Amino acid sequence: MAKPDKSAAQADPWLKLRRLTPARIALGRAGTSLPTAAQLDFQFAHAQARDAVHLAFDHAALRERLKQKGHDSLVLHSAAADRNVYLQRPDLGRRLNAESAQRLHEYAAAHVGGVDVVFVIADGLSALAVHRHALPFLERLDEQASQDGWSRAPVVLVEQARVAIGDEIGEILGARMVVMLIGERPGLSSPDSLGLYFTYAPRVGLTDAYRNCISNVRLEGLSYGLAAHKLLYLMREACRRQLSGVKLKDEADVPMLNMNDTEPTPGNFLTAF
Amino acid sequence: MADFVHTIGQQTWRFDSLKTLMAKATPARSGDYLAGVAASSDVERVAAQMALANVPLIHFLNEALIPYETDEVTRLIMDTHDAAAFAPVRHLTVGDFRNWLLSDAADEASLRALAPGLTPEMVAAVSKIMRVQDLILVAQKARVVTCFRNTLGLRGRLSTRLQPNHPTDDPAGIAASILDGLLYGNGDAVIGINPATDSTSGICELLKMLDAVIQRYEIPTQSCVLTHVTTSIEAIERGVPLDLVFQSIAGTQAANESFGISLELLQQGYEAGLSLKRGSVGENLMYFETGQGSALSANAHHGVDQQTCEARAYAVARQFKPLLVNTVVGFIGPEYLYNGKQIIRAGLEDHFCGKLLGVPMGCDICYTNHAEADQDDMDTLLTLLGTAGINFIMGIPGSDDVMLNYQTTSFHDALYARQTLGLRAAPEFEAWLEKMDILRLDNGRFRLGDALPPPFRQALAQLS
Repeated sequence: MAKPDKSAAQADPWLKLRRLTPARIALGRAGTSLPTAAQLDFQFAHAQARDAVHLAFDHAALRERLKQKGHDSLVLHSAAADRNVYLQRPDLGRRLNAESAQRLHEYAAAHVGGVDVVFVIADGLSALAVHRHALPFLERLDEQASQDGWSRAPVVLVEQARVAIGDEIGEILGARMVVMLIGERPGLSSPDSLGLYFTYAPRVGLTDAYRNCISNVRLEGLSYGLAAHKLLYLMREACRRQLSGVKLKDEADVPMLNMNDTEPTPGNFLTAF
Repeated sequence: MADFVHTIGQQTWRFDSLKTLMAKATPARSGDYLAGVAASSDVERVAAQMALANVPLIHFLNEALIPYETDEVTRLIMDTHDAAAFAPVRHLTVGDFRNWLLSDAADEASLRALAPGLTPEMVAAVSKIMRVQDLILVAQKARVVTCFRNTLGLRGRLSTRLQPNHPTDDPAGIAASILDGLLYGNGDAVIGINPATDSTSGICELLKMLDAVIQRYEIPTQSCVLTHVTTSIEAIERGVPLDLVFQSIAGTQAANESFGISLELLQQGYEAGLSLKRGSVGENLMYFETGQGSALSANAHHGVDQQTCEARAYAVARQFKPLLVNTVVGFIGPEYLYNGKQIIRAGLEDHFCGKLLGVPMGCDICYTNHAEADQDDMDTLLTLLGTAGINFIMGIPGSDDVMLNYQTTSFHDALYARQTLGLRAAPEFEAWLEKMDILRLDNGRFRLGDALPPPFRQALAQLS
């Protein structure tokens, strides 16, 4: 007599294809449905992403760490009062609230003459990304940019912010360039992806066409060093050509070793015999 | 423009145009608030619905929501309206039309005959005064059958787009997802890749790869690489084997311009596809994707609510006799559809409107991680759309699109819908699944084969 099977779940006989793709293939089945383990793995990944979206921006801790590194900072808030408003009103996340705008104007009035660059750190859709990657990235950038001699405004930390809010901040401060470090929309397997947005001559009302984006900065994605390298290329070219965005194509001479050092893939094995 | 007035007891509501009335009558959703066109209270919304119910259908032919002179989609809608087909309902108000749709007078044949007589605005209007069960019951009566290399949309059938996306378009990774999907019985609507690349040569390589797989295993299905129509035309000119011509479309001329398309360009794409004569069962070869909020996100909505804009996209679609029209309902994000409730309602509205207009509707039942939605919401919408008779859904490994970073229905989800609703694959594809011993109907249950089919065993054997 056959022993009763401990699990009614059945593995797929093509498990070895898993190494060919990050997609969730060969999950097996219970009947024709998802087995328990795969089902809970998915729920965990989604929970991580959801938590990242709703995690509060701990700007106090970030401010303290910036201070230890010798960076002044300002904390501002967008016109989106809370996360619910933020998620439904992207227009409000793109502007400072009245009090923040006033404080920034007061700061600018006391520090006339403008600056070369302002770094803005914003929660975006993942405060987790900012908590994990903003400071280590800035450190790498500082190492690589030591020769450029750009004058810098205090680092601006903004809550409930979208990318375009950097343009308003840059304009008020009279900054030649604004670099926005912002949490990207969490993917199922990437809850902590940091995005970098760069604008030359920032001012309110610019569209995406005037920005350059470097995406997916995280341990499993684009490294801090490589991201800093790309960003500095864009900043130096922007200073030279006095523009940013689609006209400033990212031709950074990037070492490609991180992309090509994986083993060659077998190609379309379905028709290769 | 007409004024629409509605009085209940002491209170009178006034709506200054059909456009305003439609927007205010729309069930609540974040995109209409974002656009500033939504009702300001629940009571105002229902008053607008009551006023809308009193509007004669014929009025929709006299008051364009977006001016005829400046919008080619409006011109298309008005110029192609079939007055003879409209005759059975021309005397009705929107409210009467709802009753008619629910009555025995509306059946598969009468709805098919009526479709060319309906405008998107009429259909959107009636959907706004319908509950979920109405949207399902009426849509379930309608069928829109299309053919290329198989037959899609038949009663009792549910097809899937196998979506084998890969973050870098790696052929091995794509092949792995294709095999996974086929072995779970998916892929009869299309095997369709969202490419990571936008280079024409990269697109051509993917097209050749899909064609080779379909030919090698003699799969009765079609392929598509979801790229801009101009790229597909270019690929056709280069002699690359291309089955379906893809394009994202919207319901206003300005939104379509933001996609870099016009009706004329779509016609060119359609004719280029037809010139290849690659369909063996039929000649429907356009694959369109749409979604509520696309016009607003392009700032091209003209103050029209997002659901009506979406229905207008189906008028664009039907002009080109598509094989597949897919509303990608939860992809756009919570600023347009905030939560599971809004996504579910929108998916059912889109399916209903498309089917009444004669469009072969499918739905990408999906959400992003910043929407207030989860797998339970998707299961609910899948079950409802399966009941409503949706032509096709997406199938992706484990619900996780690792290229586009959103969640849609999985290969397993499609089998859930088959099991619980008794829905079968397209007949030609179903026969192939049986022949390959992948999936068969056995005492009312769908059973997957236990072993790898021999042709695929060979493919796997060469991998170390």
